[in-house]
Amino acid sequence: MGAVLQNLINKPYEHGFVTDIESDVAPKGLNEDTIRLISSKKNEPEWLLDFRLKAYQKWLTMEEPEWSNVRYPKIDFQAISYYSSPKPKKKLASMDEVDPELLRTFEKLGVPMSERAALAGVAVDVIFDSVSVATTYKKKLAEVGIIFGSFTEAVHSHPDLIKKYLGSVVPVGDNYYAALNSAVFTDGSFCYIPKGVKCPMDLSTYFRINTEESGQFERTLIIAEEGSSVSYLEGCTAPRFDTNQLHAAVVELVAMDNADIKYSTVQNWYAGDENGIGGIYNFVTKRGLAKGKNSRISWTQVETGSAITWKYPSCVLQGDNSVGEFYSVAVTNNYQQADTGTKMIHIGKNTRSTIVSKGISAGHSNNSYRGLVRIAPTAAGARNFSQCDSMLIGDLCSASTFPYIQTRNNSAKVEHEASTSKIGEDQLFYFAQRGIGSEEAVSMIINGFCKDVFQQLPMEFAVEATNLLGLKLEGSVG
Amino acid sequence: MIYQDSKTLLKIRGLCATVNNSEILKGIDLTIKSGEIHAIMGTNGSGKSTLAKVLAGHTSYEITGGTVDFEGKNLFDLAPEERARAGIFLGFQYPIEIPGVANNQFLRLAFNTAQVQQNKDELDPLEFDDLVREKMKLLEMNPDFLDRSVNENFSGGEKKRNEILQMSLLDPKIAILDETDSGLDIDALRIVSNGVNQLANKDNATILVTHYQRMLNYIVPDYVHVMDSGRIVKTGGKELALDLEKHGYDWVNIEKTAAVGA
Repeated sequence: MGAVLQNLINKPYEHGFVTDIESDVAPKGLNEDTIRLISSKKNEPEWLLDFRLKAYQKWLTMEEPEWSNVRYPKIDFQAISYYSSPKPKKKLASMDEVDPELLRTFEKLGVPMSERAALAGVAVDVIFDSVSVATTYKKKLAEVGIIFGSFTEAVHSHPDLIKKYLGSVVPVGDNYYAALNSAVFTDGSFCYIPKGVKCPMDLSTYFRINTEESGQFERTLIIAEEGSSVSYLEGCTAPRFDTNQLHAAVVELVAMDNADIKYSTVQNWYAGDENGIGGIYNFVTKRGLAKGKNSRISWTQVETGSAITWKYPSCVLQGDNSVGEFYSVAVTNNYQQADTGTKMIHIGKNTRSTIVSKGISAGHSNNSYRGLVRIAPTAAGARNFSQCDSMLIGDLCSASTFPYIQTRNNSAKVEHEASTSKIGEDQLFYFAQRGIGSEEAVSMIINGFCKDVFQQLPMEFAVEATNLLGLKLEGSVG
Repeated sequence: MIYQDSKTLLKIRGLCATVNNSEILKGIDLTIKSGEIHAIMGTNGSGKSTLAKVLAGHTSYEITGGTVDFEGKNLFDLAPEERARAGIFLGFQYPIEIPGVANNQFLRLAFNTAQVQQNKDELDPLEFDDLVREKMKLLEMNPDFLDRSVNENFSGGEKKRNEILQMSLLDPKIAILDETDSGLDIDALRIVSNGVNQLANKDNATILVTHYQRMLNYIVPDYVHVMDSGRIVKTGGKELALDLEKHGYDWVNIEKTAAVGA
């Protein structure tokens, strides 16, 4: 992280609704009253309540999907509380009070000192005076007309934009979890890049999310107007614990003519213990609409956490010559399960998509790539290249690839390559014979394997992601 | 070369080892002193490659008897990577391919690990690049090989040169070269042998494991040992290799039988 970023993330969250709401929790269960409660707590306009209720009605008619290659006990949606006002976590007075295990993790990840404090929940405002930096940052974005803040804020400050785009990429009834999210989402990010503006810095959720719980049902909307560009970073490499087991986020991206959105995620949520007890279920719907001609949407994800990951960041390539990209590293260890991939929907002429997926399985885990490439009859000259590589560590894990290709235009060109490899004893012995221990060897092999994806990440992120993988796989070999 | 004031580097006594419960080494005795070059010859399956791998600590083999003393330490107390750092180098008969890991990255990590072991400074990528290119010249290697993945799509000759390059970077006390000559054409054999000769000095030792006499035309051994069925059955000077070349391995066995009969 750059110095500016480092300081910014330490800034306590001063805006939004957090401080305005008295602490209370909605009774467990989901019905129209719950949704009305959420909406009224957030002081929402009528149209947004309607949006939620419509989604809820839709959700009631839907079945929980069972087609993915993951197994978990049935979720009781009536046993969840769908609203609690965010409670500030107990602030620690100094780094000495932080769990040494967490500090060791930060050390290994190479997380900058200042950031460690923020992530560990130390009252950083006491340690760092970052107000001026944050002000500079806000000013800089405002100067070029960029709107970036919490979703809830935006509902009040920019209702027209929200009304226009919310649900425009992921309709309320798109899938079971998207419908659920649309009914009960709590907060998330909103980002608007005006025409012709190149966002002067990477936008990060660091800027927005403080140390409070961010909620189970996040909602993010990013709009890039004609000729604009933005790089957005979600998540962080530091482990994230959460009392909510079920997470179902929705992210929508819209790119107009010649606009460019790059969305990078590093996910390291609690994955459960080594026996597979606990851990977060992450059911996410992420989709980008490359609406304008020559627009580009690029997803990069490093998924290392969660007990279950169910996630297919997708691109709808509507504008002629638009480009969709998906670069993914998914690591599973112990009893983690991941079913992740992408959908590339080619509609416009000469649209292009690239898929590079690297799955790494260790322990008893199960890692699946699932991807759809669809070429519509209108997508003359469309091209896709997909590469799906799996790596196995040990004999108890599994990897699967489920590619779906649907082509309805003869001028399209679709390529798919896949490979499976295994870190072998002989490779480790070769490293050992050159004085390199097995942990370092695995880290080197894995990083070589993931190179094509890591080089898509912003640089500081890439370094941390590299370390993160080593950490996740620690002890899984030899 | 045999020196008067040489030190004993490796002392193998009664070494027995099995793989999948089948006994491959059945009591090896061998002493290696600094400055010496030993050739271990024998037919396929005589156990010579197993001996090389056992010394390096390959996990597929189980030690069932005997001792190996390396500079006063019990070799079997050391993990494979610790043996490597302590100065035991194995030149692989079939060097392993590691896709996605660039050769220069791999070499630098191995080199710097050895530097740390010897309390020397690690080299940064630029310093290391200078060093490795210098070493590569000796082996007449193409610099583009640094950017390629370790051993991936290397020809047989390139792989073997890469082994010797690693040996030159790590500067081991004992280099065990397992069939380094196999798969080499005459030019490559000369280049590789030349590299090995340049690295040999009075403080280190080299063990050449080979079928053939031809490498010994370039690297002259002080001792030649003939292995058969997991034992060293004959030891002699460099002329023993020539006799073997002339008469074949059966000749040793006949001679042995004759000696026993006498």
